[in-house]
Amino acid sequence: MPIVFQKPQALTDAPLHYCPGCTHGIVHRLVAQAIDELGVEGRAVGVASVGCSVMCYDYFACDMVQAPHGRAQAVATGLKRAKPENIIFTYQGDGDLAAIGTAETVHAATRGENITVIFINNAIYGMTGGQMAPTSLPGQVTQTTPYGRDTDSAGYPVKVCEMLSTLDGVAFAQRVAVNNVKNVNAARKAIKKAFQNQLDGKGYSIVEVLSTCPTNWGLSPVESLQWLEDNMMPYYPLGVYKDLAEGVKKGGAAQ
Amino acid sequence: MKVLMKGNEALAEAAIRAGCRHFFGYPITPQTELAAYMSKRMPKVGGTYLQAESEISAINMVLGAASAGVRAMTSSSSPGISLKSEGISYMAGSDLPALIINVQRGGPGLGGIQPSQADYWQATKATGHGDFQILVFAPSTVQEMVDLVSDAFDAADRWRMPAMILADGMLGQMMEPVALPEEGRAQLVEKPWAAAGHGGKRPHNVINSLYLTPDKLEELVAARYFRYDQVKRQEQRAETYLCEDAELILVAYGASARVARSAVNQARERGRKVGLIRPITLWPFPADCLQEAAKTAKAFLSVEMSMGQMVDDVKLAIDCKAPVHFYGRTGGMIPTPAGVLEEIERLV
Repeated sequence: MPIVFQKPQALTDAPLHYCPGCTHGIVHRLVAQAIDELGVEGRAVGVASVGCSVMCYDYFACDMVQAPHGRAQAVATGLKRAKPENIIFTYQGDGDLAAIGTAETVHAATRGENITVIFINNAIYGMTGGQMAPTSLPGQVTQTTPYGRDTDSAGYPVKVCEMLSTLDGVAFAQRVAVNNVKNVNAARKAIKKAFQNQLDGKGYSIVEVLSTCPTNWGLSPVESLQWLEDNMMPYYPLGVYKDLAEGVKKGGAAQ
Repeated sequence: MKVLMKGNEALAEAAIRAGCRHFFGYPITPQTELAAYMSKRMPKVGGTYLQAESEISAINMVLGAASAGVRAMTSSSSPGISLKSEGISYMAGSDLPALIINVQRGGPGLGGIQPSQADYWQATKATGHGDFQILVFAPSTVQEMVDLVSDAFDAADRWRMPAMILADGMLGQMMEPVALPEEGRAQLVEKPWAAAGHGGKRPHNVINSLYLTPDKLEELVAARYFRYDQVKRQEQRAETYLCEDAELILVAYGASARVARSAVNQARERGRKVGLIRPITLWPFPADCLQEAAKTAKAFLSVEMSMGQMVDDVKLAIDCKAPVHFYGRTGGMIPTPAGVLEEIERLV
């Protein structure tokens, strides 16, 4: 019988620990699929960050490094500078990338590090039980904003793609969502492109993925998809924020 | 052939000759010349010099490069080492070898920029959170700075743990003639554990310090401490000077050992039976050497550029078999031979 659909080779057989309805699993699959399609598993090294996805080092079949909280892109920089022929990606949540790791993110981006950044934005700290994230929406109720995020006190969400697209070192920045089949397909293409850019030596590529956290949002998986569409997508418009056809001309990986 | 070099620059050249091609740093006085030298030399030898956005990023770049299996290093001075402590803990917990250089200055806080040895406790006891140790080497001449850089890289690779050169602003800034090792003689070892791409030839390697199961974490930490016991047996190093008949033995490392040695010479001219033990490794602390000396010496005097930190290790090493005294200056003040001599006269 012909095989029409199967698990990507770049995922191990380890069972995922994610909660029901969490979209990490979808994004893991898309990343692994890109690695498969480009045939780079043997020279790919992923950087797991602190947060719900920290144990993705058990799920991706390529070599993996677990970084301190927020430092994934500094670790990725070291990995890439040490072995420019390798394909380096980070997999980070919003707290990791846009709060504690803001400096590492901005400077890896402005240096134009030839790496691929997968950024999961679910507007909450999942691993620690649902605290306000840098990307939590105004008014959003979390464990640490029990009356809703008050922008007078807690400020405004960080719009990562908008911010990074102002930096000359960034070759590619796109925001996608994984709330329906159409958007998952667009996310698949964006993630593959972010890897292809690295192979082509184009420089820093980031894909921001709007994701759900049913457990900490206090919603069912289906309600979560609707909440993402109704609340996150208006604040975080999907689309390509930057795409330099020629990239920023980084050497090393094109072969 | 000897060349005249500043301590900081000699450390940098020695690292390149030890096969290090990846340097990540952040500007801070008094290690400045080290990074500047690297920025000039690394591009000429096909290496990477990268000025990071912070000390935190620099140490994590080292973590990444070390994970890929190359010899990587960073250098800083006291306040910057505090920022690196997180990354050093993760590297220790991930069994990663790398070199960290601390050209110490006065503290706490922003402190000062003059020489100090007030980071002894930090280097040997608490470079970061958790149960772990790093190798700590303490040169006292520019030549020894050169020699210990390659020893530190080799030991770090041998034991799969971070190594530190604990220097200070005086050693970093002084110029002395040095003989540099020949280029291309470094012994680089295979690192089958590295995250450098499995090439379809082996299961994936994972560089990690997270273990959520307590008994698993305890087992791993215990295995690391078993390794530390071997390190303690094999890596202790110290120099003894005029200790054979000494009744009072000074214990000093790095820059303060130079001062202590002058004081010992002056005291000997006065007929005082004094000697010097100069620890070259601070972790592992040369306890065996101290214990041997404690069989005959009547007292010890720890001389430091701090308020008294190594003195604790001296007491522990000799199991309080003899009185251990302390003399020190801090805040960037350097003890003088006359000041140490006065203390010797008070004690003998």
